[in-house]
Amino acid sequence: MSVYTEPKMTWQGATKIVNLRKALTAGPWFVAEYRLRNMSKWWTAILAFGLGNPVLYLLSVGIGIGALVNKSQAHGVDGVPYLTFLAPALLATSAIQAAMDETSFPTMQGFMWDKSFFAMNATQLTGRVIVGGIMIASAARCIFNTLIYALVLWAFGAVAPASIPVLVASAILAGLGFAAIMLMTVSFIKQDDGFFAIVGRFIIAPMFMFSGTFYPITNLPIYLQWIGWVSPVWHATDIGRALSYGHAVTPGLMVIHYSYLLLMLVVGMTVGGRQFAKRLAA
Amino acid sequence: MIVAKDLKKVFGDFTAVNGINFEVKKGEAFGLLGPNGAGKSTTMRMIAATSLRTSGELSILGKDPNHNGPEIRAHLGVVPQQDNHDNELKVWENLYIYGRYFGLGRKFLKNKIVELLDFAQLQEKRDVKVDALSGGMKRRLTIARGLVNEPEILMLDEPTTGLDPQARHILWDRLFRLKEQGVTLVITTHYMDEAEQLCDRLIVMDKGQIMAEGAPAELIKKYSSKEVLEVRFGSTKNAEAAEQIKNLGDRIEPLPDRILVYAEDGEKVLEQIHKMGLQPQTSLVRRSSLEDVFLRLTGRTLVD
Repeated sequence: MSVYTEPKMTWQGATKIVNLRKALTAGPWFVAEYRLRNMSKWWTAILAFGLGNPVLYLLSVGIGIGALVNKSQAHGVDGVPYLTFLAPALLATSAIQAAMDETSFPTMQGFMWDKSFFAMNATQLTGRVIVGGIMIASAARCIFNTLIYALVLWAFGAVAPASIPVLVASAILAGLGFAAIMLMTVSFIKQDDGFFAIVGRFIIAPMFMFSGTFYPITNLPIYLQWIGWVSPVWHATDIGRALSYGHAVTPGLMVIHYSYLLLMLVVGMTVGGRQFAKRLAA
Repeated sequence: MIVAKDLKKVFGDFTAVNGINFEVKKGEAFGLLGPNGAGKSTTMRMIAATSLRTSGELSILGKDPNHNGPEIRAHLGVVPQQDNHDNELKVWENLYIYGRYFGLGRKFLKNKIVELLDFAQLQEKRDVKVDALSGGMKRRLTIARGLVNEPEILMLDEPTTGLDPQARHILWDRLFRLKEQGVTLVITTHYMDEAEQLCDRLIVMDKGQIMAEGAPAELIKKYSSKEVLEVRFGSTKNAEAAEQIKNLGDRIEPLPDRILVYAEDGEKVLEQIHKMGLQPQTSLVRRSSLEDVFLRLTGRTLVD
């Protein structure tokens, strides 16, 4: 910065160039646009995991173990081939993983790693608006990953094309519900001390294992079934199974499934939004 | 533009800002000076409508930040003390996304970014990740970013920390031009020469309160003598010498490494010291500066 140059700066002033109404109403989309730009820096990794994960999973568990299960149980599981039984659960889990990646890490980044939330909050964006934007971007990533997963499932013959929309929709609902809860939880974290390792080992893994993913939840002893009840994986999987191949679910339980996932979404975003605002205004 | 009355901010049982009053007019460059922990940054964050005040009154651009925070912030430019860019994004992208936060159009931003990169002299770094910039470059990027929405008030929290002398002088020039365009500047700094150069008016804060307020020249006149004599006797002898010369000039200020003697005529005092048979290792007579005012008002003990 040693050579002096005359700066040319056109200047109309903020009152002229900032459209206040647009700035105040479209905020979440601006935040989402930023998150998508940030994601685009990792697109190869996002694509590789998005595609590699289902392919490897289906090859090993679905086809490998599935062959054994189908051989030992003449009518498959729940009256359908093992892979068809497994598909909704795999989709829900992948949706949760994708949506969670795009809420938990960005929340850590925004408050602690690069403090980008404080930069956003210096503009007219508020804590609630930032939460909205992160959730939009998270939904985009979730839809992307879930669609890829669904296509791979279809390629392996695990699902019928007609059932893909309902399966994807129920998986995304689970993904966003859990993502909102994670965003809320992470917004309270003040110290970066291995929280994500704990979540991975003690929440995600058991949620995956005991949510009726690999076998009907009723096969579990009753004292372990509660893990499934609180897990979004089980709720989304049960919806997916009911809608994709006619797994028997009572209407009452169906309502509980939907309500539970929606409740996670609403509580996560409301409490998270409040905590974001509080932390930014300190 | 800014009116604060009995402004207070309390964190738990710590009072960061304890009932301060000030006013900033349009087009003015207003400085907040004070040692670390004086409450400058907290005051800045309240003016920036991000930190809510505990009590008192505050009006920014005619609005109350506790109720109209977003509306106020849409017209402010903020340069925080800590650079907070997305380090994975390129230089131009950081300006771009920040402009998008204000809802500015893509076409408008394309031109604006050229101007801002020019302003910060980062044209050649346009496509470089922020991660790879030097500290001074990041600082300049933060300052440029604060201008993307053509703010009515530009808030600069220690803007030149980490800048080299050339960059500092260029920034002063550019801030001056902004002021000429009618932009109101609010600046905190630890560099007294900077405050003297840039600020029309300033307040000196300590422990959450205002110690003095006025134009730099007024403050110097009020709180310091015309000249200052700086003498060094060597670190082991300074204290002893200070005792001997304490009645010379208007007053003396013993610092760890040297003694400052405040007087109308510094050379005369130096003569008197020589007459007393004292031989300083080095001596320097200079005009009084804002630094002297600062030292007098806030004490010399290091806060942190």
